[in-house]
Amino acid sequence: MASHLFCGRVNLNILREAARKDLREFLDKCSGSKAIVWDEYLTGPFGLIAQYSLLKEHEVEKMFTLKGGRIPSAAVKNIVFFVRPRLELMDIIAENVASEDKLKPREFHILFVPRRSLLCEQRLKEKGVLNSFTNIDEYILDLIPYDGDLLSMESESSFRVRQSLNECYLENDQTSLYHAAKGLMTLQALYGTIPQIFAFHVANMMLRMKREFAGSHTQILPVFDTLLLLDRNVDLLTPLATQLTYEGLIDEIYGITNGYVKLPPEKFAQKKQGEGGKDLPTEPKKLQLNSAEELYAEIRDKNFNAVGAALSKKAKIISAAFEERHNAKTVGEIKQFVSQLPHMQAARGSLANHTSIAELIKDITISEDFFDSLTVEQEFMTGVDTDKVSTYIEDCIAQKDPLIKILRLVCMQSVCNNGLKQKVLDYYKKEILQTYGYKHILTLKNLEKVGLLKPQSTMRNNYPTIRKTLKLWMEDANEQNPNDISYVYSGYAPLSVRLTQVLARPGWRSIEEVLKILPGPHFEERQQVPTGLHKKRQPGENRTTLVFFLGGVTYAEIAALRFLSHMEDSGTEYIIATTKLINGTSWIKSLMDNPEENLP
Amino acid sequence: MSRAKPEDDEYWNSSKFKAFTFDDDDDEFSRLKESKRAVNSILVDDDDDDEEEEEEEDGVERVSWSGEPVGSISWSVKETASSIRSGSEQSFPKIDTTPSLSKQGSGYSLSSLFKAKSKPFQSFSESFSDTAVRTYAPELRKPKSDGKDFVSDLSPEETVRRMQKGRAFSLEKFRSLQDKLLLLYEAVAVYDGNLITAVLIYLKKSLSKEILFRELMARDVALRHYVHYLKEMGEQKLLVELMKALGRTEDMALMQYKEHLNIKDEGQRRDFLKSCLGLPFSQDDATHVQDHYTLLERHIIIEASDKKADAEIFKKFPRKASILNMPIITTLYYSCFYHYGESEGTYSSPANIRKTFRISEKQYILTALGARAKLKSWFDVDSLFNTKNWLGYTKKRSPVGFHRVVDILQKNSAPVNVLQEYVNLIDNPELKLSVALKYKCHDIVINTYRDLKDRQELVVYREKLERDSPEYRKIQELLNNVQIRWKN
Repeated sequence: MASHLFCGRVNLNILREAARKDLREFLDKCSGSKAIVWDEYLTGPFGLIAQYSLLKEHEVEKMFTLKGGRIPSAAVKNIVFFVRPRLELMDIIAENVASEDKLKPREFHILFVPRRSLLCEQRLKEKGVLNSFTNIDEYILDLIPYDGDLLSMESESSFRVRQSLNECYLENDQTSLYHAAKGLMTLQALYGTIPQIFAFHVANMMLRMKREFAGSHTQILPVFDTLLLLDRNVDLLTPLATQLTYEGLIDEIYGITNGYVKLPPEKFAQKKQGEGGKDLPTEPKKLQLNSAEELYAEIRDKNFNAVGAALSKKAKIISAAFEERHNAKTVGEIKQFVSQLPHMQAARGSLANHTSIAELIKDITISEDFFDSLTVEQEFMTGVDTDKVSTYIEDCIAQKDPLIKILRLVCMQSVCNNGLKQKVLDYYKKEILQTYGYKHILTLKNLEKVGLLKPQSTMRNNYPTIRKTLKLWMEDANEQNPNDISYVYSGYAPLSVRLTQVLARPGWRSIEEVLKILPGPHFEERQQVPTGLHKKRQPGENRTTLVFFLGGVTYAEIAALRFLSHMEDSGTEYIIATTKLINGTSWIKSLMDNPEENLP
Repeated sequence: MSRAKPEDDEYWNSSKFKAFTFDDDDDEFSRLKESKRAVNSILVDDDDDDEEEEEEEDGVERVSWSGEPVGSISWSVKETASSIRSGSEQSFPKIDTTPSLSKQGSGYSLSSLFKAKSKPFQSFSESFSDTAVRTYAPELRKPKSDGKDFVSDLSPEETVRRMQKGRAFSLEKFRSLQDKLLLLYEAVAVYDGNLITAVLIYLKKSLSKEILFRELMARDVALRHYVHYLKEMGEQKLLVELMKALGRTEDMALMQYKEHLNIKDEGQRRDFLKSCLGLPFSQDDATHVQDHYTLLERHIIIEASDKKADAEIFKKFPRKASILNMPIITTLYYSCFYHYGESEGTYSSPANIRKTFRISEKQYILTALGARAKLKSWFDVDSLFNTKNWLGYTKKRSPVGFHRVVDILQKNSAPVNVLQEYVNLIDNPELKLSVALKYKCHDIVINTYRDLKDRQELVVYREKLERDSPEYRKIQELLNNVQIRWKN
């Protein structure tokens, strides 16, 4: 089940196992048969940790979704609520508890994920139900293993909270950062103290907490050599660009949540004989995406333009394998062929799925819209006409294209120009407010506060300097056989990953001028590792670096880091951790006021 | 769709399954990995191992149509819930399937957290159960306390530590301002937002607003938690006061303005926006908010009269939705659709809206064009672009490229002659040709090739046309014309 967690250099299954152990312990605390009432948001993340069978072993007999009214009847001794610490959920729980059958009382328990909250308990107390609970506990689910080299906290609106740390903004409770810090401590407890820490633009709290990192003296041989903490503020540009890897495009177009994607069902309808295609499914097709699927692991990080060739190559291999049956003459040979059949059929199913997905994506990538918008993005990233009103953006507004698309482009232009000329900014703002409604004053203000949208100050535009020094634009990016990370955006090398690459070799000292231009301070810190736990590296053995993106990371950035890990003589392998997996759309959405209501 | 029983998938957690020992056994692991790499080079297990186990290791996983692996949590929530439903349908009352996840919380005031309950909406049974619970367990924290009752003698530091561990604590004994601030200091020092908020709630309850605000101003972290908390609790008024005290007048103004989103009734919303006009917005925002107010005011007037309007246009094209709360450009479109030609004096006329909201010529032309083309009023479309020069000749001019005009006309299925006229107005000859090709404006395509003396392209184009159509014959004539000196 969790085989995809083994394939990386670091066995992330240890983390998963630790989480499972905690879960078992809590379930056993509520002895006897039980039903779990789920905050629906949590089923996704929990699915990455455990399956129903684990719960069943611990006497979980029924599971329900949290909703108002009475909990469905079930002959169990305990009712356990698995919830996020949110006030509106407390109100629902209170309603559930209050409408419980008095004649057949059941025991109630709450498990707060990821932290218990006094505010919520206060609310339950106010509602008069706090005493109904036998156990109130917390389940610390900070970093969830997503794949063999990927951990995410999947915290809601993590960037918004991160952003609010800017001195000018007063709207956060730093919870997300606190959890990130705690998550890092958990990691060090399991994988040993990380000897070397680099950080860029990390909020004061993280800096101050570093002492606490050192606090945990574990007797474990350090698995990670280096920790790099990267704050999204260092690189606001990358998430705005359209990702061009296979996985990145799936996320851009359909959105990946908790490792699953929902796709339009038409292309997946199985044509079985006799059915005649009368019952086309209307429910979206849901697919799990991770490296446990061999084919997916192979193509996820490729530039989309190289996916077609990979799929057809695969198709040839599979059909050749099926052809083998004609060569099987002896009973032994036939037996061998049959034993391979399940695997071959799985491979064929996987191929069929990804061919369908690739077709769906291609319909979009070959559209004029997609091409035009990509062209404008690339012009901005190479510094073309970033200082005037873009007629393309103007046309998009006139056509009432989705507001998020507009905001993404305008923000990108602003970031690539180190702020927009006041006249240009005012013009965009006026057009946006007139076309999409005045209430978006609030959204525009949010974007300004986080620095995605700003008027040009007297300072000169230093983006070109950054671009040239860090080689952020590569003219002849090779999409088929990449030799540089820039392939993930067909030319643009993500700033965050370039910084990571330079850090490994030749070191940040070589780019000091640029580091001065980039926002926020950077620092290096060494942690004492108990003697005897110093790692003796074999000659040729790679270093392992944990890159922690505070404020979110995109799939294309992950692909770029994987590319670096696999590069010949790169010398470093990367494990990626983040507060949230994001793309430009979800990112901008998290910064909007009432996004649901605002979407056209 | 056949679903396997959840039990079938228990193998991955069974003790037999050795998945978690892979890295102790490197060889086994790498062999397995290898086997995953190539479809047709699978290791064959000779001793007939547990079928399920092998299947799992091959990555052949059973999934339901909706994609969740059978046995996963989200799948099982649906499964176990639905199995009861079908099993004992009448045994429990129908559950409201719409969870009330909306921001209900913001409806309560903070004080209700601490005061005795006085909620009018409480049902009888609910209040009954409350009292029942209270009689049985009057002491709130009793089950959690570990028997010590010296919790009231603890230092701020020890109290915070107890809070961190989820043990019983009491804040009430911290009475002096100094003690309270010390408590806050300790909570901030452990970075735990949960604790900081808890302490802040106590301070809020026990300190005067002025003193609390003053102390928070010097404590950045605590201040942020406090602001977040007030937002969470929907304590708008207090938040605005705090902003004011902090001198963040612009934030305060925006925060107040944001409130309008929660007002459903348009009259009240309008009045609320009016009350926002004097707030200390930045200059730009002040203009935008003023426009927002003016627009809504106008919406209300237009809506009232159009709701009962019986003009021909409303009968022919009944309104699909009310105009209330629509953006200004949508309003302009509406006005160009239903109120075109009204004099500038009326609130609903396009001219008046254009002037009042300072709509750019470009936006105006595009919007009016869209509306009039939708109605197929080609005459109106023409007059949008007609300008007279000083000699009295009319000429067509446009602030947007004519290719954009053609796009919009085409989307509204303009007839070929109208389309051709505008394609001809495109300046750039290459663009003109490509637009003409895209929208099949044969005459223009043919004339362009003729002017380019491009015989070959004409021959190619002829093949795309219906034999003996007028266009076909036109090309035929051109090709037979010996006067033309073709370049190829």
